Amino acid sequence: MTDAIVVEGLVKRFGATTALDGVDLTVAEGSVLGLLGPNGAGKTTVVRILTTLLRADAGRAEVVGLDVVRDADAVRSSIGLTGQYAAVDEYLTGFENLEMVGRLYRLTRAEARSRAGELLERFDLTGAANRPAKTYSGGMRRRLDIAASLIARPRVLFLDEPTTGLDPRSRLSMWEFIADLAGGGTTILLTTQYLEEADRLADRMVVIDRGRVIARGTADELKAQVGGQRLELTVGDAGDLKEAAGRLRPLAVDEPRLDESTRRLSLPVSGGTDDLATALRLLEGTAVEVLDIGLRRPDLDDVFLTLTGHVAEEATGPADDAATGDRTPAPAGGGAR
Amino acid sequence: MSSTLAQTLSDSAVITRRNLIKVKRVPDLIVFATLSPIMFVLLFRYVFGGAIQVPGGVSYAEFLLPGIFAQTVVFGSTITGASIAEDLQKGLIDRFRSLPMSRSSVLVGRTVADLGLNVLSIAVMALTGLVVGWRIHTSVLEAIGGFLVLLVFAFGISWLMALVGLLVRTPEVVNNASFIVIFPLTFVANTFVPLETFPPVLRTFAEWNPVSAVVQAARELFGNTVPGVPVPDAWSLQNPVLYTVIWTVVILAVFVPLSVRAYMRTASR
Repeated sequence: MTDAIVVEGLVKRFGATTALDGVDLTVAEGSVLGLLGPNGAGKTTVVRILTTLLRADAGRAEVVGLDVVRDADAVRSSIGLTGQYAAVDEYLTGFENLEMVGRLYRLTRAEARSRAGELLERFDLTGAANRPAKTYSGGMRRRLDIAASLIARPRVLFLDEPTTGLDPRSRLSMWEFIADLAGGGTTILLTTQYLEEADRLADRMVVIDRGRVIARGTADELKAQVGGQRLELTVGDAGDLKEAAGRLRPLAVDEPRLDESTRRLSLPVSGGTDDLATALRLLEGTAVEVLDIGLRRPDLDDVFLTLTGHVAEEATGPADDAATGDRTPAPAGGGAR
Repeated sequence: MSSTLAQTLSDSAVITRRNLIKVKRVPDLIVFATLSPIMFVLLFRYVFGGAIQVPGGVSYAEFLLPGIFAQTVVFGSTITGASIAEDLQKGLIDRFRSLPMSRSSVLVGRTVADLGLNVLSIAVMALTGLVVGWRIHTSVLEAIGGFLVLLVFAFGISWLMALVGLLVRTPEVVNNASFIVIFPLTFVANTFVPLETFPPVLRTFAEWNPVSAVVQAARELFGNTVPGVPVPDAWSLQNPVLYTVIWTVVILAVFVPLSVRAYMRTASR
C-alpha cells in the first residue's frame, strides 16, 4: 500500500519555542491516522504544515506524493481541511457556503451546485440549506465545515479536533460521519485530545508530546505497550482511597492511580479474575465501602499516562499553546478520565 | 499565463459575490454606506452651512459636496481592513489559503466589493446633494472623471487598509487605528473649508495632503470651484488629477504586493 502522507524530520520553531522537534509519520492511502497529544503538543502545527498554511523550518512533508512547499498548489487541489474553528461564512447560507468553496476548488458552477446539494443531504442539512450559517447550531456548523472540505472529493482529509466543543450527541453523530468517510476510502488525518475518539476512528495512532513522537501503532499495540490489565475500584468515600490502595498493594505490578474526584482507584494487575476475588478479600473487614469493582484492559488514558507521565488534559502551559496555535476550548466531556 | 489571469478573475468574482451577499444581509453595512453619507451632507449643509463662509459667493453646497464625497469614500475604504481582520479571526482566511485558489483573489475580491459599496455611497450622496442644491456644471465626461478620481483613490486606500487588517487582526482595533489616521487626513484638508484660513504649517500639510488633491480634482471636474479665489500655488493643487493619480499608483504599487505577501504568510491566530 502506498502512503498518502509522508512526513520526515519536521521541525518548526516559533521564536524560542520549539513546536515540532523532528516529527516523522506516514499515513497509508485509505487509512485513518489519529494524531494524539495534549494541548500544545504540536498537533495543529503538523496539520498546518501539511495543508500548506505554514512552512516547516526543517524536514520534508509530502501529501499524495507532492511536496507541500514546492507543489503547494497541487497539494491544495487534493486535500480538504477542517480546522478547529468552523470556518464557514456565517452570512452565507449553507448552500452558498458550499457552492463558494466548490467554485474555489475550480468546479464548474453546475458541479459545485450539485455537489453542494448532495453534501447538504448527506450531512442532514437540507432543511437548513437556505438559512444563513449564522443561525446554525455548533454541531451544524461543524458539519457544514466538513461538507465544505469534502466538496471537491479530496483524496486526503485533515480534521483538526473535529469534535472539540461539541455536545455528546453531536459528537456521536460526527463520529458516524467520519467513520462513513473512512469507509469510503478517504485518507484521513485526525487530531484529537480525546483518546476515546482516536480509539474509535483511527486505524493507527501517533502520540506526540512537546513536539516529539513518543509512541505509534494501532490502539491494540499501544495498549499492549502498557500491558496487563487494570483492576478498577470505586469507593464510597474519597478519603478511603489511600487505605484501599495500601491494602491492595500486594496485587499491583505497578504504581496504582488514584482519582479523588471520581473516587476511583486503578491498579495494574497480572492475575486476572483471581485478583478480583483476592481484592475483595483484602478489603473485607475494613471501613472501605466498595461501590464498583472490575477488571479491564488498559485504555488510551493509561497509555498516555504511562508514556508521558502526565494525564492528557493537564499537560502544558499556556505559552506553548499560544505558540503553536493549538489553543482549544475546555473539552465538553469525554476527555481523559 | 492567461489561464492564471482568468483564474484570478474568476476566483476574485466568487469572493466579491460572497462579500456583496454579506452587504445584502447585514443591515449595518447598508446603513454605514448610505445613511451616514446622507446624514453628513445634511449636517454640513444645514448646521455648518450658515456659519462657514466660502469666499466668492459660491453656495456652500457646491463647495461642500466634493469634500463630503472624498471623506466618505476614504472612510468607506477602512471597511476593508476590519472585514479582513474579521475573516482572519473566524478562520476563513485559513480555509481560503488551503484552497487551490489564486493568491491575490481574496484581497482583490474584498477591495472590489468595498469599491462597490463606495459606488453605492457616492450615488446616494450625489442624489442627496442634488436635493440640497449641489449641481454639476461640466460635461458628462468630466463629471464621470470626477467620480472616478474619488473611487480610484479610495480603492488605493482599501489596499492599504487590507495590509492593516492582516497585521492588526482585530476588527475593533483596525477601526480605532484607522480613525486616528483617517480623521486628520480628511479634516486637515480643503474638504470642508478653504485652505486660506489654516495656520501656515497646517496649511502646507493640507496643500500636499492627497485628500486635498482628490477634493480639488473633484471640484474642478464637477465645476464646483470658487471663482474669486485662486487655487493655492502648491504643485499638488495646481495639478490635482495628476497628483492624485501618482499617489494612487504609488499606494497600489507598494500595498498590493505587501498585502498579498502578508496574506500568504498570515495565519488565523
